[in-house]
Amino acid sequence: MSAFATGFLAVIALVGGTVRPGDGPALENATVLIDGERIVGVGVGLPVPAGATVVDCAGKTITPGLIDAWTGLGLAEIWGVEESVDQDAGGDPIRAAFRAVDALSPDSPVLAIQRAHGVTTALTAPVGGLVAGQAAMIDLSGRVLVPQVAMVARFGGMQHGSRGMALLTLRELLDDTRTYAAKRKDYDQRRLRALAASRLDLEAMIPVVQGRLPLAVEANRASDLAALVRFAQEEKIRLVLVGASEAWRVADQLAAAKIPVIVDPTQNLPDTLDGVHGREDAAALLDRAGVPIMLSTFSVHNVRKLRQWAGNAVRAGLPYDRALAAVTATPAAILGLTDRGTLAPGKVADLVVWSGDPFELSTRTEGVYLRGQRAAEGHRQRALFDRYRTVPPPY
Amino acid sequence: MRAPLLLLVALAGCSGAQPKAGPEKVPVPLDPAVAVRKAAQDAATTTAAPVLIRDATLLTATLDRPRIERGWVRLSGGLIEAVGEGDAPPPAEGETVIDAAGAFVTPGLIDTHSHLGVYATPDVWAHADGNEMTRPITAGVRAEEAFWPQDPGLQRAVRGGVTTLQILPGSGNLMGGRGVVIKLHPLREARAMRFPGAKDSLKMACGENPKRVYGQGKGTMPASRMGSIFLMREQWVAARRYLNDWQTWEKNPTKTEDGKEMPVTPPKRDLTLETLAEVLKGEVLVHIHCYRADEMLLQLEIADEFGFAVRSFHHAVEAYKIRDILAARGVAVSTWADWWGFKIEAYDGIEQNLALVAEAGGRGILHTDSAEGVQRMNQEAGKAWYAGLHAGVKVSEAEAIRWITANPAWALGIDALTGTLEAGKMADVVVWDHHPFSVYARAAKVFVDGVPRHDADAPSPPWSDFEVGQ
Repeated sequence: MSAFATGFLAVIALVGGTVRPGDGPALENATVLIDGERIVGVGVGLPVPAGATVVDCAGKTITPGLIDAWTGLGLAEIWGVEESVDQDAGGDPIRAAFRAVDALSPDSPVLAIQRAHGVTTALTAPVGGLVAGQAAMIDLSGRVLVPQVAMVARFGGMQHGSRGMALLTLRELLDDTRTYAAKRKDYDQRRLRALAASRLDLEAMIPVVQGRLPLAVEANRASDLAALVRFAQEEKIRLVLVGASEAWRVADQLAAAKIPVIVDPTQNLPDTLDGVHGREDAAALLDRAGVPIMLSTFSVHNVRKLRQWAGNAVRAGLPYDRALAAVTATPAAILGLTDRGTLAPGKVADLVVWSGDPFELSTRTEGVYLRGQRAAEGHRQRALFDRYRTVPPPY
Repeated sequence: MRAPLLLLVALAGCSGAQPKAGPEKVPVPLDPAVAVRKAAQDAATTTAAPVLIRDATLLTATLDRPRIERGWVRLSGGLIEAVGEGDAPPPAEGETVIDAAGAFVTPGLIDTHSHLGVYATPDVWAHADGNEMTRPITAGVRAEEAFWPQDPGLQRAVRGGVTTLQILPGSGNLMGGRGVVIKLHPLREARAMRFPGAKDSLKMACGENPKRVYGQGKGTMPASRMGSIFLMREQWVAARRYLNDWQTWEKNPTKTEDGKEMPVTPPKRDLTLETLAEVLKGEVLVHIHCYRADEMLLQLEIADEFGFAVRSFHHAVEAYKIRDILAARGVAVSTWADWWGFKIEAYDGIEQNLALVAEAGGRGILHTDSAEGVQRMNQEAGKAWYAGLHAGVKVSEAEAIRWITANPAWALGIDALTGTLEAGKMADVVVWDHHPFSVYARAAKVFVDGVPRHDADAPSPPWSDFEVGQ
């Protein structure tokens, strides 16, 4: 399919816009060249190949497609309709084997609605239990980009019992996973003691103990975050902190251990007793301390707010280019999308042409490109708008 | 994943300021002039110094003069003393002068749909006081009497430029109770925060929530929309009778027996029907949580049947489908910029809802229903405005400013007192460092009744005791 496109479609030249590559300073009056699925040129004064389709982008801004680092896209259609919600596997507290991709609805009309606001890529995560299962990276045409990008867990205040037990359970799970991985044969011959999780869950945890798959933990209290850092170091696993409203209080520890944090830049309320110290400039404080940050709406139906959320992070003190990186280059680098997230030759051409500053409310998208092709602009809400442009509608 | 609170939460109407002896003494709203004086007095007790804001762009939310490119506003005695264009008058002695070149000034923002104080943060069971979900009709309960003035969300709302909130009960019940309108002063009880002169409201809810809470949750009525409407109608029948009984008694509180004048026993007071009777008399304003277009129309038919007015539908994500009718009937639409999809009755929400309502001549209101949203009402209104413009729905900037100021003031019945920058109105005023429809805008200074309640240059200590010493 892509080879076909490369062979028959002209090069697309986006000419004259302000190019914000996602990992560096803006280029004024610059050109982006797209050949097939890939970006083949980014720069000022690039020659436009003969036969290229030229798109005049004067006055426009071009960025990589935005990446929301924590959503439930494709896993929930309507919250109030249970059979359309597939985020929570249910059952045991350990559901490591559950994969978001197995429940994904790539045709969900929710996706195109978010895409219209410049989000091209998202992590989609399961919820529930202590270990919820495996998150995936998708693009907003419904393609799976990384089927297993993180193992999702949570840590913190519990309705019943102590958070200390939760950490103990996680530790036991990792330990038993190592035992299982080393002694599969004994396991199959029933010559092993009972292990803390089912065979499938233990299998699923192997990449975590091997450091290949990060453990992404939703937690908020500073002491919990510090405990998780120690835990990750002792267990030699990769850790990503999710939500983490008090992360700014342990920012130096996180920076030293290079642990990335997914931040909701609007979370400034003491929603829970675990998050009494949430503050709106948390992203700015973490960034200044050298912690890799990614921004998220933590949403499904309004992932489209990501640019507004990034704007709020800027308002709260996060430097503009850092905010853009936190919704493009940084999540791409951390979440397994090495060929996305920036505008550079060789990268997949997931990008957005904006009428102005992408974070500003007055700005609209004027072209969302996925794999080098301009995505359809229509979606269900637009169709409803069109139908009701006059009332009563022409049924 | 942040679960949508509104799945369960709905609002209800509120109560009157005056202590009530009974329906025979329905609280009479204060005369506006009296109310303003009272507010001014309250403000004076906190030593509000006179303030002159000059050289700002004024977004007045008035119809005749919505934007003054270079103007000034003078606050004095809790009121807006004067609004002018061009050079400001020389400051009086002792007057605080705010040089606001490059800044924007708007009226204080008003949220018609808040659960602050009744679903306070931290979001723990012990703070969930907004839904009396033990029976579907609880019209007599009052949000005011569950309101926790220490909710940390209140100060954050002020920092977002909000000066007035309607605190509503939730939407679990068909008739959830009375809402209360408050001013955002840090005070020790809800009654002290009451907006002087504001009527109470009745919060009603139709659609999924009540039938889920009762039919699905408890196996009791209503289990269907049929049952919901039946129960509502039953209440209005009873309320009509109740009001009639009282009016009959008021006309003839005594009777002559054997040549002697004897007192007639008054009807028995019923706290639920009392609230509904006040609705029928127009003393309590009706706010209905309702998503679907057909259900809104049905509520209007019931209102006609029993003789009351619906002041505003809330959430109303399908208002655009019946905007012609809502506009013709003068029913306000309180809704979000872009919330949708959390229930099937919210599946048809579109970003242009508010703009389409406004284009049709309807009264649009940006509400929040959210402790996060209330901190950025200006952004939400901006989003809704631009969503319309980008789709070719032409609504003026002035009209969009009214979505968060004058229009909610009307829905709460306080438009004579606040909601615009006009001499004689309460000094509820916000100075913004950017145009309020910019994502980068911050409320630099917020005045409530002329009292500076937020100053970005001099952040105040926490209002909430909960946040002290943490």
